[in-house]
Amino acid sequence: MTHFFRLPRLSWRFVPVWQRNYLVWKKLAIPSILGNLADPMLYMLGLGYGLGSLLPDVGGMPYLTFLAAGTVAYSTMNAATFEVLYSSFSRMHVQRTWDAIMNAPLTLDDVMLGELSWAVSKSLLSGLAILAVIWGLGLYGHFWMTLWIIPVVALVGFCFGGMGLVMNALSPSYDFFLYYFTLVITPMVLLCGVFFPVSQLPLPVQAVSAWLPLTHAIDLARPLVVGNVPDNVVLHVVALLIYGSLGYVIALALTRRRLLK
Amino acid sequence: MLTVRGLTKRYGDTEVVRGLDLDVRRGECFGLLGPNGAGKTTTLRLLLGLIEPDGGSIELAGIAVPQHAREARMKVGVVPQMDNLDPDFSVRENLFAYGRYFGMEKAAIAARVPELLEFAGLASKADAQISQLSGGMKRRLTLARALVHDPDILFLDEPTTGLDPQARHLIWQGLRRLIADGKTIVLTTHFMDEAERLTDRLAILDHGRVVAEGAPRALIESHIEPVVVEVYGEGLENWTRAHASQVCQRFETVGETLFCYTDNADTVIAALKHAPALRYLHRPSSLEDVFLKLTGRDLRD
Repeated sequence: MTHFFRLPRLSWRFVPVWQRNYLVWKKLAIPSILGNLADPMLYMLGLGYGLGSLLPDVGGMPYLTFLAAGTVAYSTMNAATFEVLYSSFSRMHVQRTWDAIMNAPLTLDDVMLGELSWAVSKSLLSGLAILAVIWGLGLYGHFWMTLWIIPVVALVGFCFGGMGLVMNALSPSYDFFLYYFTLVITPMVLLCGVFFPVSQLPLPVQAVSAWLPLTHAIDLARPLVVGNVPDNVVLHVVALLIYGSLGYVIALALTRRRLLK
Repeated sequence: MLTVRGLTKRYGDTEVVRGLDLDVRRGECFGLLGPNGAGKTTTLRLLLGLIEPDGGSIELAGIAVPQHAREARMKVGVVPQMDNLDPDFSVRENLFAYGRYFGMEKAAIAARVPELLEFAGLASKADAQISQLSGGMKRRLTLARALVHDPDILFLDEPTTGLDPQARHLIWQGLRRLIADGKTIVLTTHFMDEAERLTDRLAILDHGRVVAEGAPRALIESHIEPVVVEVYGEGLENWTRAHASQVCQRFETVGETLFCYTDNADTVIAALKHAPALRYLHRPSSLEDVFLKLTGRDLRD
């Protein structure tokens, strides 16, 4: 196993892989956008208005605002995760598109960087749509401050794209991804402060939550929505970068073992 | 064009490629033959730098592999064993997407596409989806895709496996056109007629090493008697016991058939006259006979 590990060799050759995915997406852009965005939007608005009307301020803001900030991070995470799980898996395993690409002068490093950058793009789209709703409903503190959410969304996409690629490398079939959702993604949604403040959880659970990537994402996004500078910006940014990069490097080794042995 | 010395690849304790030496000259069609598991596909993957060898050296189009595999792959077109056309794109879009992987500009690809579509006989299918193509069409498109960047050398891994005879002949036609154009071709196959028809020289691989190498005719002449009489039918066992060693220079029984190898079939046929229950087929020996002599008749799975 160890000899499959080596530092990624990055090159611009990844661009045509990104472009390939973009061109395919463009053919079905409208249904794809609706499919990707309707779900988080409905949750946010349904719970935000429905539950929000019953609640006092949560975390020092109206519940709809609280939930909107969580949803930015949550829908970004989902967009990146779905892309590198189901879609990348189709391209790698079912359609053998990666094999075809690697007969050209691209390496696995390039192909996976292309996939990761595409996942970031899908995340951006998803995050921007929620941001547009936040703007439209006037749920923000300072408009200029909310623009910082755009790089945050890209970073969150990178983080979960990298992590998801590890699952992609390990998966024997589509069914395998269900484990990742039930064991990793769903617990994070509940533990990281999407729907309610982490401070409501028992202390030991809060301690776990502090290590989870979605917590870092929300700790960045929520203050920016309200109009504050987030605390510990460097910590959160570095944490998300580490999760994403480690994921990419480990996924690269595992995929090399899978495809190029 | 391609020089391989002492190439070795191990998986755990099994050596899949064991000290392989190959020389393929420019403009030549070179065949790699071998039973399943002989190491053909592994060898191709090594040559492309997709996997790292445990020993030996490869020089492809003057470039060291795997050290500079990326540069080497710029000069190679690959037709893989399993079709992996992009099902999300049309025929034309497949060629464009593949050209981009080689860093080609859109205009440069556009200039090549009509020629490639014509070559593949798919000009009328340019906007068809991949799922609408027959097996033969997919193969031809895969071949055209491998040519998009005008490579010097082509690797084909069992290019006609799974195709019907008509589709095979079309692929052969295409390959002969490429050879006439001066392309170098390396192909693996386990169809002996394909190898005999297309290749200038070939190497027979078994258990990861070359067991014979040369032009198809020369291999037949040097490894095997010129004529074969295949004998089968009621009472073969008795006849074999009584006559085979006298009339055949060399013989083998496989299942219910006796393969009698000889310089002079007349003696064999004369001897068979006295055994009217036996039927026979008299034919010149072929590459398949050489192949089976060298790699044995055991089933390989």
